[in-house]
Amino acid sequence: MSQSSVTSRFTPAARWRRAGLALAMAAALSGCATTGQSNPRDPLEGFNRAVFKFNDTLDQVALKPVATAYRNVLPSFVQTGISNFFGNLSDVWSAANNLLQGKGEAGMSDVTRVGLNSTFGLLGLLDIASEAGLQKHNEDFGQTLGYWGVKPGPYLMLPLLGPSTVRDTAALPVDSVGDPWHYKRPVDVRNIGSGVRLIDRRASLLDASNLLEDAALDRYEFVRDGYLQQRESRINDGESGPRNRKAKPAAPAADAPAGPVAPSEPPKPSAEAAPDAPVAPAAQIVAPVSSDSVVQELTEETPAAHHASL
Amino acid sequence: MKLIKQLIALATLSFAVGGAMAQTEAPDVLVKRISQDVIDTAKADKEIQAGNQKRVMDLVESKILPHVDFERMTSLATGRFWRDATPEQKKQLQDEFRTLLVFTYSGALSQIKNETVEFKPLRADPADTEVEVRSQVNMSRGEPVPLNYRVEKTPQGWKIYDINVLGAWLVETYKGSFATEIGKSGIDGLIKTLSAKNKTLANRPLKSPVNK
Repeated sequence: MSQSSVTSRFTPAARWRRAGLALAMAAALSGCATTGQSNPRDPLEGFNRAVFKFNDTLDQVALKPVATAYRNVLPSFVQTGISNFFGNLSDVWSAANNLLQGKGEAGMSDVTRVGLNSTFGLLGLLDIASEAGLQKHNEDFGQTLGYWGVKPGPYLMLPLLGPSTVRDTAALPVDSVGDPWHYKRPVDVRNIGSGVRLIDRRASLLDASNLLEDAALDRYEFVRDGYLQQRESRINDGESGPRNRKAKPAAPAADAPAGPVAPSEPPKPSAEAAPDAPVAPAAQIVAPVSSDSVVQELTEETPAAHHASL
Repeated sequence: MKLIKQLIALATLSFAVGGAMAQTEAPDVLVKRISQDVIDTAKADKEIQAGNQKRVMDLVESKILPHVDFERMTSLATGRFWRDATPEQKKQLQDEFRTLLVFTYSGALSQIKNETVEFKPLRADPADTEVEVRSQVNMSRGEPVPLNYRVEKTPQGWKIYDINVLGAWLVETYKGSFATEIGKSGIDGLIKTLSAKNKTLANRPLKSPVNK
């Protein structure tokens, strides 16, 4: 009917976007349906797992072997130089984000880092600022948004880029604008550099990823649950969270290790509640059909669990 | 399986010995002492550097395990399901979880080369019975890795019951996987998964060929 005329007005790009969205939604729904008690912070689990598998395969056949060779073949001073060089570039954006978060001291320290390392550190090849006691920070725009109270939203596994959240994914274009290497010309030099940076980053994670393989029961879940905590902790700069420091002595005592990580967030406590109601996600999907069932769901579920699954 | 039994026997023994001496130390002093001791031993021991799994495990068993409260750790990771578990299940779960952590920790330990540990000042009241000891590992490459411990006061001295690596708490990270396993096939299913995992870990070299 009128719907078809509406669709035809969309550009092909828009139609693709809609198709992609529909696909993601379908994957998300099937994810909910198959794993009865999904994590409330990971409503897109089905989709995410598929991407995780894709990334993992790519890593196994390409990235990991290359990174392993890189680490075993290149002299370590070359590797350190490469990693310092890109680390110095990333300090520029860290400085900006520290300043955007109102952390003047950390921001100025980053500015000094870049100044020192770019000059006396031979364009960043040497990290003399760290040796002088100026610690490296690692800030990005997603953390800045988080610092100002933007909620992370659902967990999202990105193709090639790995674990993220909706908030941090939205921040990515800004990060890429803030990355000085983004403006390196000619473009092929930039691309080669980006490749080297990726390999160097993977190489520095080789030990950790081997450990992960040992430690995890289900690597997908392990990565997810670890990543979400790590992100939160980075936003709070490693503190147990400035917002909840007052609860610090009491929280570990209660039977809730989730407490000190992010008690200010509703999804956390509901991780407990979710397995109680495995029907909840399915009910969520059906809900819009009848407004009555929505009301029923609202009253049956704990408020936290409901909020989280929205 | 024999190895695991020996480990458990050894752990019980060292529990008894180690528990007695750590009475009066402050929690951060204790953690500092243990980690310094472990790192020094690991760095000095050629066998450990070469990846001798048994040597690493012995080190973990003798120096670290006496100061860890595995019951609390396991109960926290199991969450609300812990209440429904039988005493036998609790014991098995705790043993398997401990073995898994020992394997993982041993893997991490054998990678120590030039790293140094730096402790941050303890922010706690002397009367506190639960404190967080914070440290960071300065790596030979890359950023320092934050490494924090949750420590509780017990009649046997201070005991570690949770570890934070890179901002993620160990208990919290396992909690999701535990809940999924229990949801799929109950506590016994989780025990079975853990024990299968431990068997594969026991049957392979500690150092993968990747590590030079």
